[in-house]
Amino acid sequence: MRNKFSPPTGKLTTVVGKPIMLIGDDIDTDRIIPARFLKCVSFDNLGQSVFADDRKKLDGRHPFDLEKNQGASILIVNSNFGCGSSREHAPQALLRWGIRTIIGESFAEIFYSNCIAIGVPCFTLSKELIKNIQNIKNQDNDLFEINILESTVKYGSMKLNLEIKNSSKKMFLSGEWDATSTLLENLNLIEKKINELPYVKFNKSLH
Amino acid sequence: MSRNTLFDKVWQLHKVSSLPGGADQVFIGLHLIHEVTSPQAFGALKDKNLKVKFPERTIATVDHIVPTDNQTRPFKDNLAEQMINTLEKNCIENKIKFFNIGSGNQGIVHVVAPELGLTQPGMTIACGDSHTSTHGAFGSIAFGIGTSQVRDVLATQTIAMNKLKVRQIWCKNKLSSGVFAKDLVLYIIQKLGVKAGVGYAYEFAGPAISNLSMEERMTICNMSIEGGARCGYINPDQKTFSYIKDKLFSPKNEDWDRAINWWKSLKSEKNASYDDVVEIDASNVDPTVTWGITPAQSVGINQKIPSKLEIDPNDRFIADEAYDYMGFKPGQLIKNTPIDVCFIGSCTNGRISDLRVAAKVVQHSKVAKNVKAFVVPGSEKVAKEAKEEGLDKIFQDAGFQWREPGCSMCLAMNSDKLTGNQISASSSNRNFKGRQGSPSGRTLLMSPAMVAAAAISGKVTDVREFIKK
Ligand code: SF4
Repeated sequence: MRNKFSPPTGKLTTVVGKPIMLIGDDIDTDRIIPARFLKCVSFDNLGQSVFADDRKKLDGRHPFDLEKNQGASILIVNSNFGCGSSREHAPQALLRWGIRTIIGESFAEIFYSNCIAIGVPCFTLSKELIKNIQNIKNQDNDLFEINILESTVKYGSMKLNLEIKNSSKKMFLSGEWDATSTLLENLNLIEKKINELPYVKFNKSLH
Repeated sequence: MSRNTLFDKVWQLHKVSSLPGGADQVFIGLHLIHEVTSPQAFGALKDKNLKVKFPERTIATVDHIVPTDNQTRPFKDNLAEQMINTLEKNCIENKIKFFNIGSGNQGIVHVVAPELGLTQPGMTIACGDSHTSTHGAFGSIAFGIGTSQVRDVLATQTIAMNKLKVRQIWCKNKLSSGVFAKDLVLYIIQKLGVKAGVGYAYEFAGPAISNLSMEERMTICNMSIEGGARCGYINPDQKTFSYIKDKLFSPKNEDWDRAINWWKSLKSEKNASYDDVVEIDASNVDPTVTWGITPAQSVGINQKIPSKLEIDPNDRFIADEAYDYMGFKPGQLIKNTPIDVCFIGSCTNGRISDLRVAAKVVQHSKVAKNVKAFVVPGSEKVAKEAKEEGLDKIFQDAGFQWREPGCSMCLAMNSDKLTGNQISASSSNRNFKGRQGSPSGRTLLMSPAMVAAAAISGKVTDVREFIKK
């Protein structure tokens, strides 16, 4: 089993990790996480159910089941990835399996914004370059190194320019994608504020 | 830009910082949670390895999914049981006060917090529920938030939010007899529309508002959101203070005096400026009933459902949809429409004064044949008080079912649902398609007194005829 899940927080500048290649256009959110897994009070257990039906069909030969891909964190996909419903469960399931960033030819709109909200940067590349990457025989277990500021991916001696929306890039670099962390940065101001509020002082029963 | 209004003062007081993106970081004085919108928020907190920052500033109860007939645990509905279970666990783990079923203080979150004295003037109050605007009746700034913001409040006691504009809705003159707060707010929404409030806080003011009891004021603020305003409020006065006094959590002794002094300073100033002011004549309001599928589609009891020509061109599309869904003809009278189900309850009109008014109407009468009528008190406290006054008996003698507290058929997350295309007379707040549990079910919103009158006569009736008798 992998280590305990800890989600992305704060400013995101680099992602370093093993790639995992998933080949196919128009992979929809129902395939990423089938509807029956949505009846839940948390996203916690979604990781193990990612691509549940596809994986069952392939009986151990799905990329997410192959031994060499365990621990991978950079997902390489083709076009229109994540089309279908608006469920945030889809990126949550990928994230909880271990995916930290996705590179693809194109993404579905809602899936893309859901990814941003949970701190999973998505980059695009041309069809050809994606194909080239997906054909890499990663024998040396070299890691991919993604630099969000430069928008590049480095692998061995190869270095490619990635594309990402400028606004998304800014949010990752500043940490603003993660509202909680942005708010927590002002912890001292929050503590000061609570001491200034008159009603906190005269409502002793609430302490 | 508004200036010197209560909204401006409270916002300024709670503003922690200006965020780079343009929103303000605002401190939340009181955070209310329930079983439906909190579990993923607690989950998200755990994922981030964060703790609840100020657990004493969050209060929980359970309302949406609770069955109102048989409340023995485990609930028959597994998923409902799982949800209440999760809330119980989250509250214990995070040391959050939880008013569970049987505590004597459980009920609809917007009924419970005011009756416990938790809701007070000058606070910011947030809850993962759009009807949080209810609490504005006390001169607090209260609004609904989404699950990700529930997470943010748990973790930081703040949220990122853009400051709202302020529209004053000045209600001159007084409501006439047999006309209630619910009629007034339906009338206001009908005049302004369901989208007018987007980006605004509504300040309800004027003699007609001052004249209302605290519970009636809650009914008004509760439905701000149906007019598009995330937040609605009323400047606090002596009635506000008297209502809060001696409640479980209200300030006591010398704290009480300090509280009153501060609360008095919060009112919008005489020289306050507003982004917009609208005037309403309360003496023009009749008992009001919705005929359509938005709370703005309403008419006075003696009026006709508007003809196509009378509808504003911008509203024609939704009006057509409404005629079609409701099965009403343009130009038809709403009065005498036959009713199948009568529901008295919800955070809009499930309080003790609502039950008293309705009981008076049904006393010594019988529910019409073929009408299913039931009363769901807004909280355990309301239920207890009603029983002490014998209201439960009055309702039951008339043929109403008397239930346990919860949201019930306001949104039909439990087993109380319309079936087929039944028509309900309902004291709740939303008449959206399918809202009450049947995809073709129809809802007529009205005051609890009007629901009671409909129950007795089996059709939409002018309650003033009952009161006269
Ligand atoms: S009574 Fe209805 S509107 Fe009020 S909180 Fe419950 S479900 Fe929401």
